Amino acid sequence: MRTRWMLAALAVLIAFTLMAGGCGKAAPKGPVELNALFMKQAGYSEDDIASMTNDFVKANPKVKVNLTFVAYEELEPKILAAYSTGGYDVVLGDCIWPPKFSKAGVVLDVSARMAKVDTKDIFQGALDSVSYGGKYYGMPWLNDCKYLFYNKAMLKKAGFNAPPATWDELASMAKAIKAKGIVKYPIAWSWSQAEALICDYTALSESFGGRMIGSDGKPAITADGNLKALDFMVKSVKEGITNPKSTEMLEDDVLATFVAGNAAFGLNWTYMYAGAKDPAKSKIGGDVGIAPIPGTAGVKSATVNGGMPLMITSGSKHPDEAWSYILAISSKDVQKRLAKNALPIWKSLFDDAAVVATSPEVVGASKVQYAYIKNRPQVPYYGELSAELQKDIQSAVLGKVSPQAALETAQKKALEFAAQK
Amino acid sequence: MPKRNTEGRFALAISSPALLIVFGVVLFPLVATLAYSFMNLRLTSADRGSFVGLANYASVLGSEEFWAALGRTAYFTAVSTALETVLGLFIALLLNEDFHGVKLLRSIVILPWAIPTIVNGSLWKWIYNGEYGIMNAILLKLGLIAEYRSWLSDPLTAMNLVVIADAWKMTPLAAIFFLAALQSVNKATYEAAMVDGASAVRRFFLLTLPYLAPTALVVIVMRTVEKFKAFDVFYMITRGGPANGTKVLMYETYLRAFTNLDYSGAATYAYLFVVIIASLTALYIKVLKRSEELNA
Amino acid sequence: MPKRSGSLTVARNLFAVAVAFGILGPFAWMFVTSVSAQRDLTSVPPSVSLAGMSLDRYARILTSVSQSDIAYAFRVAMGNSIFVAVLVTVAALVFGSLAAYAFARLEFRGREPLLLFMLFTYMAPPVIFVVPLYLVFQALGMLNSRMALVLLYSSFVIPFIVWVMRGFFSSISRSYEDAAAMDGCTRLQALLYVFAPMARPGIVATGILAFLMAWDEFFMALIFTSNLAAKTIPVAIAEFNGKFSIDYGMISAGGVIASLPPVVIAIVFQKYIVMGMTSGGVKE
Repeated sequence: MRTRWMLAALAVLIAFTLMAGGCGKAAPKGPVELNALFMKQAGYSEDDIASMTNDFVKANPKVKVNLTFVAYEELEPKILAAYSTGGYDVVLGDCIWPPKFSKAGVVLDVSARMAKVDTKDIFQGALDSVSYGGKYYGMPWLNDCKYLFYNKAMLKKAGFNAPPATWDELASMAKAIKAKGIVKYPIAWSWSQAEALICDYTALSESFGGRMIGSDGKPAITADGNLKALDFMVKSVKEGITNPKSTEMLEDDVLATFVAGNAAFGLNWTYMYAGAKDPAKSKIGGDVGIAPIPGTAGVKSATVNGGMPLMITSGSKHPDEAWSYILAISSKDVQKRLAKNALPIWKSLFDDAAVVATSPEVVGASKVQYAYIKNRPQVPYYGELSAELQKDIQSAVLGKVSPQAALETAQKKALEFAAQK
Repeated sequence: MPKRNTEGRFALAISSPALLIVFGVVLFPLVATLAYSFMNLRLTSADRGSFVGLANYASVLGSEEFWAALGRTAYFTAVSTALETVLGLFIALLLNEDFHGVKLLRSIVILPWAIPTIVNGSLWKWIYNGEYGIMNAILLKLGLIAEYRSWLSDPLTAMNLVVIADAWKMTPLAAIFFLAALQSVNKATYEAAMVDGASAVRRFFLLTLPYLAPTALVVIVMRTVEKFKAFDVFYMITRGGPANGTKVLMYETYLRAFTNLDYSGAATYAYLFVVIIASLTALYIKVLKRSEELNA
Repeated sequence: MPKRSGSLTVARNLFAVAVAFGILGPFAWMFVTSVSAQRDLTSVPPSVSLAGMSLDRYARILTSVSQSDIAYAFRVAMGNSIFVAVLVTVAALVFGSLAAYAFARLEFRGREPLLLFMLFTYMAPPVIFVVPLYLVFQALGMLNSRMALVLLYSSFVIPFIVWVMRGFFSSISRSYEDAAAMDGCTRLQALLYVFAPMARPGIVATGILAFLMAWDEFFMALIFTSNLAAKTIPVAIAEFNGKFSIDYGMISAGGVIASLPPVVIAIVFQKYIVMGMTSGGVKE
């Protein structure tokens, strides 16, 4: 009887000793080893990233870089599990994480390092996404925003030769297309209960002149522009111009619906253009047009930032080498060379003939649209806020509560989140 | 008493590897997470690391989200467990028979169970798809609907559809367990009953069901715990939506840990979860002990 | 057995057909999805035709050799999954049954508390273990290793197996072992030669359960593995999804292949579940 307890205690003791013994290993001498965490299927292919990395390593023989590629969903949990011990030095993140990560001490403040970067040549929206409290916490790397895609043939059939410039125009075009029987539900959105919904909502509310976080940094969800945006969404469902299945769709479903010829309009990221032109997938014969997202009387256009910055974890043991690596792979040369796979963060490159040649229509639209990139609320409680907003906006769109009530609920919760110390 | 001592030592000897593995790995995290639940471990908090006593538990128990999530979890658990147990039982009875093709049936019954959960989730999401789903296509062909509908856009329907998806995958488990039990049955008793003239239905209710009660209990407890822990299927099909309609306890816990960076909140949810499950299990076991006594 | 009543037989046969359809239906659709082109699948109604089918996706999974190709990763992940699941099953069956026998048959101090602790471990959701264990494993350099996954999975599979098997074992009559003891068998001999064969259906069913628990596990594999050295199938399949999209065709292909090892195992072992005791036991 006593033996058993002793044995158990011994087992626990052994376990703890192993753990303790494992810590405090002396750092090995030799080349500096950087661990970098990237996402699969992220603009650049894995081969692209491997080749940029090889170039960096060749130019910096004292540094070795280990690359890890994971699915998007794995990025955040892995970063959270590994940051404190520097398991990864360089990590690719979503543009909505810097405020949260900086407050939680997950990533390093790189303001001093950014001072040496030509930030004037980077799109303001991208820079905004990596700053919080006046400091920089990462380097923009992948640039992306949503555009308005439209089926040129369908618009022409309904008598329209140019894309709409305002939401009212879009709504009336959609009604005309529906009335003529060209397509049953002209607009497809990604309104599933997911981040995609907030991406759409941000673009909409900003273009109606609303902001979810006021200039004082406090939640302002019930602001006029936000309500107008939600009203627009709900009305478009009621009037039958929005595909009712939008509430279960993600971005790829919008693409699939569009290329199957079941939508005249769709909001989506840059990748939709190539997808719509791909004959293997697309039934609309490449009749896709790309345009800036419509605005309203006061706002010419607004789109949501979907970029992904590179950050250095706070536990990294080699921040200097990590930063050199980051600078190398986000340099103008690299971004120019691989512009075909991902549009650059550098404004000047958009005037470069070689870059424009990769996809003239897209580059032309991006140049205009990037000037209007807005970020989703940059607050440390964005995770909770987004989840709450997703639920409330869906409730309104599904007709379960009024838009006013939905936003009031969201505002109440947002204030609670903001009040947490 | 000598017999007890050697028995005890023998027991310890043969169970020590299992105990070592489990204790060695599990003890530290269990204690650590329990500690987290008494602290403020919201990574974004200025007060991070401070001791807060029962404040986390108080705030979670007072929050609407917790009870709503618990309600959804309870619904999911009750309905899908009932479905799996009853269906599993009948399928096991079927497989226990001897007829042309039963061997084949026994081999394929494991198919749904063999599909990894995340594939199963994707498969059913694809089947239920509002734009191209095969379910819509079949219902339309049968004339039951006028046009394709977005089934996953209604909170209650979405929950029921997830129930079906998970129950489809896991019913084979119940079936196989019941089958194993049925195969160990004492045939002599049945023959005696038949000689006495009992009909198949009577034999079922008087002999089979009581015999299967312990197995049913194992299955029900097992499925209840698993259903409460269910995360993957919700992650793949609905992400907690629509309008939070399928946001179950594990989903809330996951969001707290990995999206809200709130480890203490997640730990609190996790331990409350354990308390609930433990109470349920204790209840079941009590019921089993009572039925065992009645049967003896 | 006397002849069944006719109507019961008809009902039984109908039920058998319904079960077969219910099981095979979704699976068949998954297979069709994996061999059809995206274009055909997204038609309304789906315009699936034999002409449009191709085994392209399977070819890609089974033959791609580029390190960075997702399909190649799938093959490697398959190997990892099999390795991990087999070892976990063996550990669970060997260690677990021994412990279960102890809990079911033997008297010793602390039996009830230990059993409850085992159950408690099974009831705890994985999220309780993830963060603290990650830190420990990282300190020990055990991240991204298959053996670490084996250890990790065993720690929650074994408690469950012990508990389930204890249930099975308890329902087997003691008279056999008592008889063996009277014949002069030691405890160990009784366990191995008398008890084990009788418990075989339960052991096999539980073994299949252990295999599938390890095979299926997604969340911890996600956190604890990063590259092909240890990545398992659920993680590899999740990677078929992009940031915005779900590639149903590839997931279905991956799913069909990923289901094969468990199915093969089940087919091979199902007769052990079914081969019951021909002589019948003694029901008390």
